[in-house]
Amino acid sequence: MNINTTKIISLLFFIFSAFYLYTAYQIQVFTFDENAPFNARTFPIYLGYAGLFFSGLKLILPDPTTIKVDHKNLEYKKTGILILIAIIYGATILKVGYFLTTSLFLFASYYFLGERRWILMFLLSFPFVAAFMYLLHGILDIYLRDPFLQSIGVMG
Amino acid sequence: MIEGILIGLTTALTFQNILMVMVGCFFGTIIGMLPGLGPMTAIALMIPITYGFDPATGLILMAGVYYGAVFGGSTSSILLNAPGVPGTVATSFDGYPMAQQGRAGKALAIAAWSSFAGGTLSAIYLLFMAPSLSKVSLSFRSPDYFALMILGLTAIAAFSSKGQFLKAMMMVVLGLMLASVGQDSLSDITRFTFDNMNLTDGISFVLVVMATFAMSEALTIILKRNDPTSAAKQVSLTELGSIKINKEERTKMYKTIPRSSVIGFLIGVLPGAGATIASFLAYGMERNVVSDEEKEKFGKGSVNGLSAPETANNAACSGSFVPMLTLGIPGSGTTAVMLGALLGFGVQPGPRLYMTNPEIFWSIIMSMYIGMVILLILNLPLIPYIARILAVPKNYLIPLILFFSVTGIYVMSFNNFDIYLMIGIAVVATFLRLYDFPMPPLILAFVLGGLMEENLRRSLLLSNGSWEFLWDRTLTACILATTILIVVWHIYKTFKRKN
Repeated sequence: MNINTTKIISLLFFIFSAFYLYTAYQIQVFTFDENAPFNARTFPIYLGYAGLFFSGLKLILPDPTTIKVDHKNLEYKKTGILILIAIIYGATILKVGYFLTTSLFLFASYYFLGERRWILMFLLSFPFVAAFMYLLHGILDIYLRDPFLQSIGVMG
Repeated sequence: MIEGILIGLTTALTFQNILMVMVGCFFGTIIGMLPGLGPMTAIALMIPITYGFDPATGLILMAGVYYGAVFGGSTSSILLNAPGVPGTVATSFDGYPMAQQGRAGKALAIAAWSSFAGGTLSAIYLLFMAPSLSKVSLSFRSPDYFALMILGLTAIAAFSSKGQFLKAMMMVVLGLMLASVGQDSLSDITRFTFDNMNLTDGISFVLVVMATFAMSEALTIILKRNDPTSAAKQVSLTELGSIKINKEERTKMYKTIPRSSVIGFLIGVLPGAGATIASFLAYGMERNVVSDEEKEKFGKGSVNGLSAPETANNAACSGSFVPMLTLGIPGSGTTAVMLGALLGFGVQPGPRLYMTNPEIFWSIIMSMYIGMVILLILNLPLIPYIARILAVPKNYLIPLILFFSVTGIYVMSFNNFDIYLMIGIAVVATFLRLYDFPMPPLILAFVLGGLMEENLRRSLLLSNGSWEFLWDRTLTACILATTILIVVWHIYKTFKRKN
């Protein structure tokens, strides 16, 4: 059997479906619901079997079009850095506040993607975020939590 | 119906809503022009903005983005042979040769007028068809709805998977599995939360859309070293030529537009089909009905060959609203995103929508006309200028997409966990995209998951646990038979390819 990445993904999906199915059977239902025609675990159980069925078929049946991905040409480094910056952004946004973290996130992302026009980078981060915040918070009345701006008295 | 039209016009013609259609069309055109970023991404990015509006205005904005994106996609098809969205691939067959012959302006004008006519005609079809279908669909029972949802999911898997039916079906199942996380709607029993309080309310629809479309598309662009804005940089340098259409060309379009709009609309109504299939079918049909002399011009810059797919893809966009508005079942990934947004507003689309929320129902239809007019005004004279705006380097574009995605989740939940979950799903989706696992089936399944379980629950409870409800009613049996045919046909095709 020709093992390719699609088959490996299908195998992972098969294992995931098996785990999902096992967890579905573990869902606690009310005693009076145990033998009901439909309870909280009925639909997930069908889904688990459907996952096993389709991923199983994908594993067994021949793959008519093998997808070949040239990993040498993929930009893993920049993608990884961008994901890392996004995680740091997510971790700090609540504590530090929307304005500062978002502006820094944008500035850092521009930098790591190779941008070096500092003035443009600044304009498209701090003032841009301020304008966007004004649109959401000031005009559209969408609440934005920002402890930093609140602490310096800019935001009520 | 007259009363409804008036209600729709009153809502759609307010200053705010006209402004929203304009903003939507403009923004959609820009995103649609960027190869790789389609209408679903554009709409997903707009969701946080719509929170500040009432449901009618929010949906009008999203509909404007949808039309704009399809329209914008045709521009890059014509000028660069790089379709922005799959629905405009057929446009490049004759649009690009015309541009190469120095008739780019004319090709854009033909595309703009055809889109306008296709969209307007199909909005008229929708105007008459939607209320009637709503009345008919009132007779639908839970088993019919359940069967319809199965059909919709199977059809979108079949049509959107480019020969990878099983991969698409795996995505459908994954979407349904994600939808099952959280409290059971009837018993409030938590499922698949693993004692994590953040998952008790389930995974947010906006989170899944942002992760699988906006964020994962941005990551894919970086990963594959693509530069969607390079297309725009070339557009601004292109000599467009005259945008005037002569009498002979107009005559050809008069014949093509009506038939292509009917095909486009009917294909759009079918669950899972949509602009791509509609445009290819219209192109194929047009080639068969024109004279031998005109047939020779197909692929070399034929007016009919350009007008047909452009009419059909816009007509299909309007058609795809029919199942969403009348049955509450979206026919495409894009309308699934809209349905999810509507549910977020607390509005339940379906046969009763036009009775309970007539202002939403009719204002969407009316805003389609307005959207078409605005697109025509916007696209013809402004394309070179829009193209210049688009020449923003990807170093700025990608962080901005990520910023909109995170903001969308942040304003919704103020929760770190949701942001991490979104990044996690986006990374998995990016990896799956590399191996051609389609994302629209996942979104449609995620949106329909709750409704599907609800209808299955009712059907099974009413039939005392017996699965006979699947063939008790003729309608249910017919719908399921169609579904089985699609599944068997696709599995058979996989076997046949091997042999």
